[in-house]
Amino acid sequence: MVKVKVHVTLKEGVLDPQGKAVEKALQAKDFHGVSDMRIGKYMEFTLESSQVERQVEEMCEQLLANPVIEDYRYELEEVVTS
Amino acid sequence: MRFAVVVFPGSNCDTDMFYAIKEALGEDAHYVSYRESNLSNYDAILLPGGFSYGDYLRSGSIASFAPVMEAVREYAELGKPVLGVCNGFQILLETGLLPGAMKRNDHLKFICETTPIIVTNNQTMFSSEYRQDERISLPIAHAEGNYECDDQTFDELKRHNQIVFQYADNPNGSKGDIAGICNKQGNVLGMMPHPERATVDLLGCDDGLRLFESILVNWREHHAVTS
Repeated sequence: MVKVKVHVTLKEGVLDPQGKAVEKALQAKDFHGVSDMRIGKYMEFTLESSQVERQVEEMCEQLLANPVIEDYRYELEEVVTS
Repeated sequence: MRFAVVVFPGSNCDTDMFYAIKEALGEDAHYVSYRESNLSNYDAILLPGGFSYGDYLRSGSIASFAPVMEAVREYAELGKPVLGVCNGFQILLETGLLPGAMKRNDHLKFICETTPIIVTNNQTMFSSEYRQDERISLPIAHAEGNYECDDQTFDELKRHNQIVFQYADNPNGSKGDIAGICNKQGNVLGMMPHPERATVDLLGCDDGLRLFESILVNWREHHAVTS
């Protein structure tokens, strides 16, 4: 069993209105030097599968991300069961 | 003419759509559950606005896997009319029946107002009762109507005259001022403005009625030819 951690963000080049607003808010709070703020989604779940990577990629392509405007990446962690 | 109004969990413009067909247009309207798998009894399919499945994950993403959408896909392949309004448009994008995707409005606010719309293409079964480049008024009500697609898709939309409605005064950052697009075959239309909320004067505007009249006129013509 593995723990899957999926990150979904808008593709590079696709303007992120939320990211821009938060970036400006940070500047207003006197945090300087911040650029390229992107806001995304984080999902985690455990998965029991013999083909973890293939399955996770299919999940991302078909549902978890919208490939038209979003990119995804994921991390896998072995779940230690006692 | 028999119109199906598809009802998803979280649809909230289904009654308006039903009223537009039944009372304003004077045709047959039927509510159809998202569980339905056979749409062969209907002459047009309407996907209403709302917040199907609570807009979880992305607007329209869960609804695009509802059983009825497989039937809508088959129905669209037959060249019959499918109209998606607001959340219905978002569902059509998520199923891939129309190209592109929706982002949050560029100013991040929910907008609810009547806005000027240009009829960019009046050569479709949804817009033939309007004049080319006619300026009409329709209500909009959405937080995610900021249409996005890559440049290649945008060029294709223009080349095949798939941009049917454009905003005269872009309210949400939508690419190319896009308010509504159809597929290449011209039988699937998605639009953010709500024609069903503008079908009688009492509602402040009846510019939306001619969209439904267009569907009816074209269906009658097609029916007269084939029968």
